[in-house]
Amino acid sequence: MEYLKQLSIFIENKEGRIYNTLHILEDLKVNIRGLSMADTAEFGILRLIVADPVKVKEQLEERDYIAKLTEVIPVLIEDQPGGLNKILKILDDNNLNLEYLYAVALKNSDNAIVLLRLEEMDKGYKVLKENNAPIVDPEKIYSI
Amino acid sequence: MIWNEEKECMSLEDMQELQLKRLQDVVTRAFNEVPYYHKRYSEAEVYPEDIETLDDIEKLPFTTKTDLRASYPFGLFAVDQKEIVEIHTSSGTTGKPTVSGYTKEDLDTWGEVMARGLTMMGVDENDIIQNTHGYGLFTGGFGVHYGGQKIGATVIPISTGQTLRQIELMKDFGTTMLIFTPSYGLHIAEELEEMNIKPSDLNLKVIGFGSESWTDEMRTSIENKFDVPAYNIYGLTEVMGPGVAMECSEQNGLHLYEDHFYPEIIDPKTLKHIPEGQSGELVLTTLTRVGMPIIRFRTHDVTSIKHGKCGCGRTLAKMSKITGRTDDMLKIKGVSVFPSQIEKALLSIQGVEPHYQIILTRPNNLDKIEVKVEASPDIFFDNIKELVGIKEKLAEAIHDEIGLRVTVNLVEPKTIDRVDSGKAVRVIDKREE
Repeated sequence: MEYLKQLSIFIENKEGRIYNTLHILEDLKVNIRGLSMADTAEFGILRLIVADPVKVKEQLEERDYIAKLTEVIPVLIEDQPGGLNKILKILDDNNLNLEYLYAVALKNSDNAIVLLRLEEMDKGYKVLKENNAPIVDPEKIYSI
Repeated sequence: MIWNEEKECMSLEDMQELQLKRLQDVVTRAFNEVPYYHKRYSEAEVYPEDIETLDDIEKLPFTTKTDLRASYPFGLFAVDQKEIVEIHTSSGTTGKPTVSGYTKEDLDTWGEVMARGLTMMGVDENDIIQNTHGYGLFTGGFGVHYGGQKIGATVIPISTGQTLRQIELMKDFGTTMLIFTPSYGLHIAEELEEMNIKPSDLNLKVIGFGSESWTDEMRTSIENKFDVPAYNIYGLTEVMGPGVAMECSEQNGLHLYEDHFYPEIIDPKTLKHIPEGQSGELVLTTLTRVGMPIIRFRTHDVTSIKHGKCGCGRTLAKMSKITGRTDDMLKIKGVSVFPSQIEKALLSIQGVEPHYQIILTRPNNLDKIEVKVEASPDIFFDNIKELVGIKEKLAEAIHDEIGLRVTVNLVEPKTIDRVDSGKAVRVIDKREE
């Protein structure tokens, strides 16, 4: 099972925190392929897709951030109404719970990639494979 | 073994008789010999002959650290300076240091009480005590030293620091007892681990620790790392030094040598005695000290005292572990809360670092407690539900400890000042604003 490594960063829900974090990444010349933010009133999780997540994790930790590498399943979806639902139906039919998802755009393409985080990752991966969902090779996303 | 069975196993009645006799004696001497006491007692219109029972001690004014400072340097000596054979002082970080002077008899008493404590911990003339408490103006080093020599043990007066040398001597000399502050002990343990030296490679059999606040978790950690029992030593420079009270094998409180130090527990607000067994501020009176009698000294340490026969056979008053300082006691919704309790609750959860801040507010006239805790990799998950779960778990642990509901918030690492930076603000009280 080839998962996509994503960077999850603990961030306080305070003015300027996302800006500061992205500013550091800019200084480090890190290009962000995908991004999503989950938040509560006080804190949140910034999730990033970057070319070299292991290295960026270390660089952020050196700057006192708490960062973790987590796994998501990248699936190609058709860029048209109902495209995402086809995938979600597979999960639903198989009683697989979705923790969260977000999309990344592909350059010069009619398709988009959706990143899925499931409660049961291995089982979900197998079910998606069996149902011919187009799982994307993570290497292709790191090198977008 | 019991070092001084006569005193340590005395009936309560006999003890009180002895205490009253000694109290009357010390108050008389203080009034006659020390201008400070003469002035204070005359102003309060209370005289030595007014002490007819032990409870009459409440008639006497308290002595505080401020009073000691005002008498700097030798104002509280009850004898000529030529009778004083040794002087120690407090660190003086918050002003002039307080001075403690000892006559030959006083040093003998100091050795006696420490000897009782070391014996209580199972140490005797066959033992080798490596004393990592500092030798100098600080009382820690010498207190242990005098006690160790009194029981005939071999004392290594190495002081704090030079950890590699400490470890070398521990191995080469076959040290059987280590004396340290909990934080230095944990540091030695870390070095041992790094050098891959196991407890079984050493000859240790017991640890005595003190002169710092500590938690049960710290003791457990020390006992696990060294694989020997660890006992607490309590004392304070103003009264004598280490050896005022020490823990026995039961590990559920400290025996206070009440034939030398008379303990009272007061409510720090009303300054009145509170019933035995209840928690309050410890007030100490030296009953036998010749060079510098200290009467009704407010320690600001919070504890409780009980009498009765201990599992170890002693009948001496038993003082609970110090739970906090009245200086940092908070009254929240009428309940006494110490930052140390909150710290204890936080540390009970795996992976939580002791970096926290307590913020008190009073919206709509109701006290509200917020506890900010720095997130750490161990308590960070890529899942909001789990992060909120951690917050609730921390709040629950604090509730179990202090009995009040709090709101816990996770903040980014290194955003709360460190204690060792000397400027950590543990509590922000915004209730009066």
